[in-house]
Amino acid sequence: MSQQTIDFTLNGVPTRVSVPVQMSALEMIRNVTGLTGTKYGCGEGECGACTILLDGVSLNSCLLFAVECDGRQVTTVEGLADDPLGRKIEKAFVDAGAVQCGFCTPGMVMQTRQLLEKNPHPSRCEIQRGIEGNLCRCTGYVKIVDAIEAASKE
Amino acid sequence: MPETIQRDSLIGKRITKLDAPEKAGGKTRYIQDLDVQGQLYGKILRSARVHARIKSIDTAAAKALPGVHAVITAADVPYQRPIGVAKDHFPLKTDRVRSLRDEIAAVAAETEAIAEAALKLIKVEYEDLPVLADPNDSLKPDAPLIHPEPHGATAKHDHLKQAQGIAYRGKPDNIAMTFDYAQGDVAAGERESDVVFEDTFHLHYVTHCCMGVSGIIAEFDPSGNLLMYSNTQVPFLHKREFAEILNMDPARIRIIQPPIGGGFGSKLDIYPFEPITVFLAKATGRPVKLVFTREEEFLASPTRQPVILTLRSGCRKDGTLTFRTVSTLHDNGAYTSWGATTPFVMMQTISSLYRVPHCLYHTKAVYTNNPYAGSFRGYGNLQATFAVEQHMDMMAAAIGMDPLAFRLKNAQDSGEVTPQGMHFKSCGFKECLSTAAEASGFLAKFKANEADKAKPGRFKRGVGMASMLHVGGGAKIYPSDGCGTILKMDDFGSVTLITGASEIGQGSETVLAQLVCEELGVPLSAVRVINNDTEITPWDVGVHASRTTFIAGNSAIGAAKKARGKILDAAAKMAGLDAADLDLRAGHIVEAKNGTVVMTLAKLLRQLHFSDKAELVVTSFYYEPPSKHQDKHFKGDVSAAYAWATQVVEVEVDTDTGIVRLLKVTGAHDVGRILNRLGLEGQIEGGIVMGQGYALTEELMVENGVVRNPGFRDYKLVTAPEIPEMDVRFIETMDGEGPQGAKGVGEAPAICIAAATANAIHNATGVRIMALPFTPEKVYRALKAKDQHH
Repeated sequence: MSQQTIDFTLNGVPTRVSVPVQMSALEMIRNVTGLTGTKYGCGEGECGACTILLDGVSLNSCLLFAVECDGRQVTTVEGLADDPLGRKIEKAFVDAGAVQCGFCTPGMVMQTRQLLEKNPHPSRCEIQRGIEGNLCRCTGYVKIVDAIEAASKE
Repeated sequence: MPETIQRDSLIGKRITKLDAPEKAGGKTRYIQDLDVQGQLYGKILRSARVHARIKSIDTAAAKALPGVHAVITAADVPYQRPIGVAKDHFPLKTDRVRSLRDEIAAVAAETEAIAEAALKLIKVEYEDLPVLADPNDSLKPDAPLIHPEPHGATAKHDHLKQAQGIAYRGKPDNIAMTFDYAQGDVAAGERESDVVFEDTFHLHYVTHCCMGVSGIIAEFDPSGNLLMYSNTQVPFLHKREFAEILNMDPARIRIIQPPIGGGFGSKLDIYPFEPITVFLAKATGRPVKLVFTREEEFLASPTRQPVILTLRSGCRKDGTLTFRTVSTLHDNGAYTSWGATTPFVMMQTISSLYRVPHCLYHTKAVYTNNPYAGSFRGYGNLQATFAVEQHMDMMAAAIGMDPLAFRLKNAQDSGEVTPQGMHFKSCGFKECLSTAAEASGFLAKFKANEADKAKPGRFKRGVGMASMLHVGGGAKIYPSDGCGTILKMDDFGSVTLITGASEIGQGSETVLAQLVCEELGVPLSAVRVINNDTEITPWDVGVHASRTTFIAGNSAIGAAKKARGKILDAAAKMAGLDAADLDLRAGHIVEAKNGTVVMTLAKLLRQLHFSDKAELVVTSFYYEPPSKHQDKHFKGDVSAAYAWATQVVEVEVDTDTGIVRLLKVTGAHDVGRILNRLGLEGQIEGGIVMGQGYALTEELMVENGVVRNPGFRDYKLVTAPEIPEMDVRFIETMDGEGPQGAKGVGEAPAICIAAATANAIHNATGVRIMALPFTPEKVYRALKAKDQHH
């Protein structure tokens, strides 16, 4: 198995790791850099629990090779602690009751971060479309949509 | 310090979940996120055949792979004991495999990748056996038997257990479990009937799809005690069961539950991967972590039980129900888990949702080579309600009554004791019916849709209703339905609530903290809840049956009341006042009549700490009011309180494609009393969407024992754009036994949706579909079949 050394910025921190070429970005984030906020839900890009931002664009980290992060900006849910919009979204999720078991929540929060960056004042319908790639089994999505709407209005 | 404080209450408010901030920040560490120093990774080799004899297993190459610490098969764990409700399988299969999920061997290795590579090196020789894939075939005389003989060599070593468990004695037929119930005389009921219907309903396979996949870490501590980090919903029952399976002293087993990424009933039984991980830890002397892949989760975690249900029911012209006769066939799968016992709940709906004088209920769960069924939110009630509520609409139409009036005529009232023996001390059923009907404009829409049905047009609107009855005050399933509480107060005025009740995301820790605040007059921020370690928390039967708020809530209130008494007595003595004139508000001791502050709670508690009366730890236990269990004929009460709900569903049917869209759900729920409005709404909304998936999109496709769609790509969960508009109303009946008047609600919202959707499709199109799910193909075919009749 060949290894490759890559340099990238992880939540603002210059990071160098050596990873097997076939490793997913999700596995690298969780097992190599030790940030566990990004979740494994399905491993095939269907559930959105592993959503991260790559150069500011949200994507499923399970479908991305770790080596593709080389030279780029990676943001995980942990990185939102330093981001005013991210903190606002997290607070809105708490206040709206959008969190139950919480397993989908980091992915939802990351997807919301991208959605509100692109469209700061989305309609409820646009919010629902915006998170259609993120599955939640607990909430029925209503309070998640409420949360995103609230975050967009503050 | 304020001079006066008025009484305030958190009850009924929108209280945010205590654990939400850490979860929203991605800081919560689920089982997947935990690592123990020195841990190895476990993987399981599952059967490649649906039904076969295992002729040989060759693990030599796997054992030789660098980084592999252990490869085990049944032969390596002669001490293993059978698991499951009927003790009908060993964690590692011995002589044969009976379904595709069956566990043949397991590996512990230094990395997951090495463990996976090792699995591929294990060679298994099979001798195929005939596959039994259709439960209708299970009872035929020439059907292959699933458990014809004791399960292999392991059994022979265990003489003591010969009598117990199908794994030890085999089963000469394929009947896993039967339930029979009778009340009155159905033949007499039928003679009194003006209208009789008989239909067969087909309920399909679905599965829980918890967003967090299954996982466990098992390790033996330096003194040989077993520690498991587990997602179980029933830690104390599991402690006992693991002790049996592993032949260990239960006192040497400790279970810690990290935050759980979804439960919904999926974690009520022990599944083979859990003891297998313990075997690996034992074999290697190292901690072992085993986490499923999503595919494995689909293949090897439980399902809701598929049911074929034949219902015969009748009524008089005046709308009085006369009788019901039900027979069901449950596809048990290859092994028996809780799915087989769901008739216990189904019969409650059949006998007691409405007043029915005569009832007969026979049910059989039969073995097949399919995936085996566990417990899933609603526990059989979705299936029973699907049939009962469709017949209610059909009978109403046949006698020319509207669906609402027909239901109101037969609905239960407070105070009723049903022929089965269920006692409805608080019952808001009729109010649920009328509230949901009024809020949704049911009757006007129902009649307008009826009139529009025959008119041309591609899109048809329909409205349908269904109601449900479910346990809401615990469930007398086990010998005890209790929960214990330990409550501690420190000298800063903070409270630690140590409860047996598990949090699975539903918000129990927040509700329990609220109930404590109500008694002790402390802010929510002053309460810590400890609920996840069997070594610390008192006993609880588990998180199931919508029981936690009711049972654990009453237990927490009991402890808080004791602490309140101690505090007020001490304060009264100190201040020279009467305890009865004092109250606790916002962290202060005040005079009850005018709120004048006497002292801060923290100050009083500190003073108590410096005296010899500092017993600021109290314990309490709640077991629902002493009452008898049901007798062996299933007569008797099963819960201290019952939850009621009516849901009205509005659909649009595209008659060109068969696509059914859920437009709106109006729900009215008798919840006893609202404790946390935010959490309650979340339970209802989530349940509605889970019910929507059951009705419209979800199906685990099992063909000849093979799961065809083990992934979210092909197993279709409802996504955000597809959810209906929701209007949820709460009926507060203030249950006399409930904590602050509340009743259980967790399962209720998922129960009615499929039945109400069936009725709505009929209202829209005149087509009645008695099989789930309502996929476009099924609806399209039903519409075409109707067209051909005309």
